[in-house]
Amino acid sequence: MPFHDSRHAGPARTHLSRTLFVLIVGLFLAIGLSACSKETISFRNTDITGANFGHDFSLLDPDGKTRTLEDFRGKVVMMFFGFTQCPDICPTALSRAAEVRRLLGVDADKLQVIFVSVDPERDLPGVLKAYTAAFDPDFLGLYTSLEDTRKVADEFRVFYRKVPTGGSYSMDHSATSYVFDPAGRLRLAVSYQSPAESVAADVSTLIQTASPRL
Amino acid sequence: MKLKVIASLCAALISSAAFAEITVSDPWVRATVPQQKATGAFMQITSPVDAKLVEVRSPAAKVVEVHEMVMEKDVMKMRAIPGLDLPAGKAVELKPGGYHVMLINLNAQVKEGDMVPLTVVVEGKDGKRESVEINAPVRPLNSAAGGMQMHKMH
Repeated sequence: MPFHDSRHAGPARTHLSRTLFVLIVGLFLAIGLSACSKETISFRNTDITGANFGHDFSLLDPDGKTRTLEDFRGKVVMMFFGFTQCPDICPTALSRAAEVRRLLGVDADKLQVIFVSVDPERDLPGVLKAYTAAFDPDFLGLYTSLEDTRKVADEFRVFYRKVPTGGSYSMDHSATSYVFDPAGRLRLAVSYQSPAESVAADVSTLIQTASPRL
Repeated sequence: MKLKVIASLCAALISSAAFAEITVSDPWVRATVPQQKATGAFMQITSPVDAKLVEVRSPAAKVVEVHEMVMEKDVMKMRAIPGLDLPAGKAVELKPGGYHVMLINLNAQVKEGDMVPLTVVVEGKDGKRESVEINAPVRPLNSAAGGMQMHKMH
């Protein structure tokens, strides 16, 4: 007797559907809200929030001190992999980073720029220090052993390769800069072509959105 | 003896007159920090006839090569090229982000304000080589953005 059954099941079903309705509405609200809060932060560069790579690094600064992401908590970190004998893309990326700091004005100290050498054989601490300082004295050049350079590059999905040239060698390498928020989470991939203004706008967003949460 | 000297002087004059047709403008070299062994040189070369840039020499470095920088996805690659085509009348730019002259194994640090002598060798279709001597001023290491800004200003 389907009718009979349904009549009896009626109130129970209504109750169940009400519960379901509340649950579903609640779920949608939760999704909606989180979507909204995500939408309020939009970046001009590639948002890679939640990336399952580039969690941390352990490298040496030119004074021989070990540096990890933890050391820069509270600051936005912009990281670029390169080598000092690079005639072109590295000076361009570092000049842009210097320009970004200039554009940040009073917030310049909230951005730490890190240059990681993919050529530790030639980028000895002294060269590295002088090189980064030529762009901005607050930039930090970091390096490690040849073996660990490969590991850190892999962790950041950075490609590099030695290419022989004229009795010497050059390095092919990825030209993307990475940006971490003040909590040390990897947030942005910045193309070598991205203008300083758009990088500064995103760094500024990260500085501002981080402060109330911290 | 005197005659010989005059003859060679004349030859030099005649050949330099021919060379003068190739123009190299706005040359510059990126400064280095101490112990940095390589850097780039940039310029504009215009040849009145179809020719090829085949060689650049400089007393500042042990090895000088003409390089092409290419981006493959986000990977920067630099390669020595055997020659760079100079189509007649066209100013070919060697600038950051494209072609450049690579000065490898520098004999000394290249400092801002220095002048770096460069010999630009161009080969015509007939296989004849001509060379142009220039002095390239050294610009600061962080001139990359400057170069780009200049490009914007053009």
